[in-house]
Amino acid sequence: MTEHDPELLNVAPGQPHDSMLSETISYVIGLGLALLLTGVSFWVASTSTLWGPGVAVGLVVLAIAQMGVHLVFFLHITSGPDNTNNVLALAFGVMIVFLVMIGTIWIMAHMDANMAMDPALTNLQMQH
Amino acid sequence: MTAGTEAPAIGLTHGGSEDTGLGHRGPESKSIVVPYGFWLFVLSDMVLFSALFATYASLVNATDGGPTTNQLFDRNLVAIETIALLISSFTCGLAMIAAKRRNMTWTQVWLVVTGVLGLVFLAIELYEFAHMIGEGAGPQRSAFLSSFFTLVGCHGAHVTAGLLWIGTMMAQIWAKGFRQDIMRRLLCLSVFWHALDIIWVAIFTIVYLIGTLP
Repeated sequence: MTEHDPELLNVAPGQPHDSMLSETISYVIGLGLALLLTGVSFWVASTSTLWGPGVAVGLVVLAIAQMGVHLVFFLHITSGPDNTNNVLALAFGVMIVFLVMIGTIWIMAHMDANMAMDPALTNLQMQH
Repeated sequence: MTAGTEAPAIGLTHGGSEDTGLGHRGPESKSIVVPYGFWLFVLSDMVLFSALFATYASLVNATDGGPTTNQLFDRNLVAIETIALLISSFTCGLAMIAAKRRNMTWTQVWLVVTGVLGLVFLAIELYEFAHMIGEGAGPQRSAFLSSFFTLVGCHGAHVTAGLLWIGTMMAQIWAKGFRQDIMRRLLCLSVFWHALDIIWVAIFTIVYLIGTLP
């Protein structure tokens, strides 16, 4: 089964390629890119040459890029027609993940800012 | 009419892997449907983790006067964990390549390497947890630490399950050979293992790296 077989309507996620060489190369490229992005992440977090407030955003961008590398080179999620179902499921999953995370962080930060209480009351240890 | 030459035999679709008896308009073969269903499970698992990440992000500053992220986390340990898990993801892929060629020796070798690297990761994580609890920074210390142990511990529990699964698959391949049902399970295992590494990327970035920024 190759992803170029016109007869093939769907391909399973993580399904290996037909050619051993192209498959191995795919994993090696993925490992190289992932190591590079990991290294850059650790460097960005340690260096003081970058603009401080932007570092956290940069780290999140690097993490999302590395997740993309893992999806493409390790899980073989492609834009090909035989991958439509896998990609649509992924897109739905990503949407829910972002809704949950951004929604929660947004709402909780506003609650925290607008419902600021006496610090003594928010400290549960001191209510006894 | 000559059978088998002009009209394709019933169900010999999609490369003729498995017979569904329903032709092109019927359901996909099991070798497609099973990993796809498992892919849906993995994605819903990521949704579960997104809730834990959101909890952690909301509570990260609720330290109750206890230790903060900068005081607790050691980047060197995290770097080793990250490399171990990344390389284990790579060797898991190599095991899949060998399994597809029905190569028993290399399949088992790469699965062992994958499992050992997973064990290295888990050992470092448990060491970190034990160290933190020994310092009085256990999950009951503050809301921040509760959410930390829930998030990272849930990932560790997944890795533990993955290790058990790797061992089970090695035994199954050894005892039953590269049967089609065994290969489906192996493919699901590789999807699971790669997904764990994807979640770890988010954890080491959000929890450890952003948590130890100066």
